[in-house]
Amino acid sequence: MSVLPNKQEKVTLDTFMRGLWEENPVFVMLLGLCPVLAVTNSTMNAIAMGLATLFVLVASSTLVSLLRKMIPKQVRIATYIIIIATFVTIVDYVIQAISLDLYNALGAFIQLIVANCVILGRAEAYASKQKVGVSVINAIGMGTGFTIALLCLGTVRELLGAGTILGVQIFSSNFEPWVVMILPPGGFFVLGAWLLLFDYLKQRKEQKLLNAEGAVANGS
Amino acid sequence: MDPNSLTFIFLNAALINNFVLALFLGLCPFLGVSAKKETAWNMGLATMFVMLVSSISAYGINWILVKFEIEFLRLICYIAVIASAVQLVEMTVKKFSPALFRALGIFLPLITTNCAILGLALFQTFREYDFFQSLAFSTGAGVGFTIALMLMAGLREKLELAKLPTVSQGAAMGLMLAGLLSLAFMGFAGLGGSHA
Repeated sequence: MSVLPNKQEKVTLDTFMRGLWEENPVFVMLLGLCPVLAVTNSTMNAIAMGLATLFVLVASSTLVSLLRKMIPKQVRIATYIIIIATFVTIVDYVIQAISLDLYNALGAFIQLIVANCVILGRAEAYASKQKVGVSVINAIGMGTGFTIALLCLGTVRELLGAGTILGVQIFSSNFEPWVVMILPPGGFFVLGAWLLLFDYLKQRKEQKLLNAEGAVANGS
Repeated sequence: MDPNSLTFIFLNAALINNFVLALFLGLCPFLGVSAKKETAWNMGLATMFVMLVSSISAYGINWILVKFEIEFLRLICYIAVIASAVQLVEMTVKKFSPALFRALGIFLPLITTNCAILGLALFQTFREYDFFQSLAFSTGAGVGFTIALMLMAGLREKLELAKLPTVSQGAAMGLMLAGLLSLAFMGFAGLGGSHA
């Protein structure tokens, strides 16, 4: 988070896109891993959790940004936590009203969104310093990045662990499901594998850049 | 074993449903401060202590909330209580044992954002544990957290001696290790607990 600027920013496409790739909360910053691993044993859970986090992130960023001049510096963290907890309580009751099955599947992890460091991190490092518009767009980007990361894990785990995606059978009935993928160790393995893939891609890109520079240097 | 006996609750929280390896709570410190055995041990102790304090406070708060029928304020109250409990613990330790305070250092304030603490308070409320069951639950969770942290730290110290391809160094390898540990801990499921 060292690259975050302290002065006011203009809204650009980058404000939104940063959360998706460059500063992806899960794959790059490794924040908020607890829900990422805990609820991604099916695609549906992953989507619900992602949307719930997105909502809390956007709503709390808006409020923190609006109140940024009124919150005393000494008690800011406590204030942020209370704001976040309020929105999480709302989400908790809304999900309970919409779908009790989903609520039971996600369990305590909806309420644990409070302790998700992505949200507090955004409030402290971004929303408390920027204008409302900018911080909302940034929060949407971050939330979308988080949801995409959850989907990456959820689909792979459900596909390998049960042979389905969103409950629809993908593999033929001969497929022997890897039950371990739905169980806790699978979460660690799949996230580890995604990180390996991204590290590999990054390394290859750097290698290519290096080679290109070398070629230019030789040519001149 | 009777699922409501104190021994079972303790073992369940410490081994069968280990907070870190089976329930994925408190992963940030698990991956963040498990590089050395000594810091892992200190972090484990600090967390165990805060877990005990916040479990007792959460029990009291929940009693009051139920009495006045304002359970919807539970989450806000819990997080506020945990934050102030951590602050209180920090001040007490600083006053009475400066040596311990120096040993714990930065780890104490970090515990506020540890979801294992909030998770503990929420689980004990959902499962309607009485006071002594809550105590057994929080001690078990603390012990389990320390065990997981120490095992991970030991593995990572050994890993430093191994030759790895450059791609897999860092977080990815840590997660793979955690996966193996988690796989090993699944063996405890045979003790009689189900994943809940």
